[in-house]
Amino acid sequence: MQDLGISILFKGINFQRLLGGLWVTLRLALITIGLSCLFGLLFASLLLSRRKLPRIFCRIWLEIVRFMPQLVLLYIVYFGFARVFGLDLDGETSAVIVFTFWGTAEMGDLIRGALTSIPRHQTESAAALGLKKSQIFLHVLIPQTLRRLLPQAINLSTRIIKTTALVKMINVTEVLKVGQQIIGQFYRQPDAAFWVYFVIFLLYFIICWPFSLLARQLEKRWA
Amino acid sequence: MDGSFILSHVPDYLSGAWVTLRFGLYGVLCSLALGLVCCLLCYFRVPIFHWIAKGYIELARNTPLLVQLFFLYAGLPRVGIRFSAEACAVIGLTFLGGAYMSEAFRSGLESVDRAQVEAGACIGLTAGQNMRYVIFPQALATAIPALFANVIFLIKETSVFSVLAMMDLMNVADTLRTSGGRTVEVLFMLIVAYLLILLPVSLLATLVERRLRYAGFGDQHSV
Repeated sequence: MQDLGISILFKGINFQRLLGGLWVTLRLALITIGLSCLFGLLFASLLLSRRKLPRIFCRIWLEIVRFMPQLVLLYIVYFGFARVFGLDLDGETSAVIVFTFWGTAEMGDLIRGALTSIPRHQTESAAALGLKKSQIFLHVLIPQTLRRLLPQAINLSTRIIKTTALVKMINVTEVLKVGQQIIGQFYRQPDAAFWVYFVIFLLYFIICWPFSLLARQLEKRWA
Repeated sequence: MDGSFILSHVPDYLSGAWVTLRFGLYGVLCSLALGLVCCLLCYFRVPIFHWIAKGYIELARNTPLLVQLFFLYAGLPRVGIRFSAEACAVIGLTFLGGAYMSEAFRSGLESVDRAQVEAGACIGLTAGQNMRYVIFPQALATAIPALFANVIFLIKETSVFSVLAMMDLMNVADTLRTSGGRTVEVLFMLIVAYLLILLPVSLLATLVERRLRYAGFGDQHSV
């Protein structure tokens, strides 16, 4: 009797292999999210700078990121940099560079938005109460900024997790590629592909959904 | 940079751009329709169906398009559900976009003042008339920026259609790159092509948003 295709996922270490493939993209996403938060702070301070040049520089950066599909940026770094600068980057390094380039701009813009959304009178009232500049920042501005920023930053993080799936296109062995390998091994099982891709779909959902729920919950509570 | 190479391959890029634009447009239009239906199902809390709509929105928003396409194109045929590559492209983009459009419509509907809804009911409009003449026009005006952001997002997402072996911009560039080795020219043309597609959409968005601010629905702009 022929068993259901899903059983191949529990043969040997197939399921662990899939999870291992998923971890490849997740790790890239985590590195990207960390770097994007860090550089995003710098980006936001440049966007809010009094001088014109850094502001224009960041605006252009932001527009590039908004207009170019991430896949095009990946191609530029992965294939183009090797050609122009002789930099032979592997897929994962290119991915971190590209997604951080994108994440920094998006995160920076979110931080800028959160900072500027706080009414001026908050700073002024705090100053009138006699708070020092550092106290104003620590006790008045940062808590309010975080409340606005956190839900949006979490949403951006799930977008980054979903977008890292694109590394499949620059030959990184990630979960879809591992899935193809498993399907290739079990070519006798006609519905193997259905179950493998279905499980990958569910795995992504299981990872991203809790973050979406958390972001919505925080948004509701802090609105 | 080799000018003659660029000139001689303009027709290839034009046909690629046509594929990107055409299927992007189909996807956007179907997404708008699906999004509107889902959003209304949720707004009126249609029994059972609004649960389906909510579940669908969560599924589509928390999984990458690339994984959705693999499932549609390589997974489903194994259990007897077979679509052409073109159909997969439109279905995939609609599956993803419908959820995002629905969220945009929802935030528009939520922004409509309760007094407007109640006033509409008070002068004897049925629920349908109230939605059509009072609520929806105001909701649409507020939803427009988010809707346009989704249009740009969806057109950018079409860049993964090359996994369906469709000759979109990305695939044209990839084919030329692997055959000719002129990576720089190929990538340069790719950037220009996406800019030429997305800039007009972005300009249109700015134009429509400016017109809508003059419209001033309800009392939210009357000050």
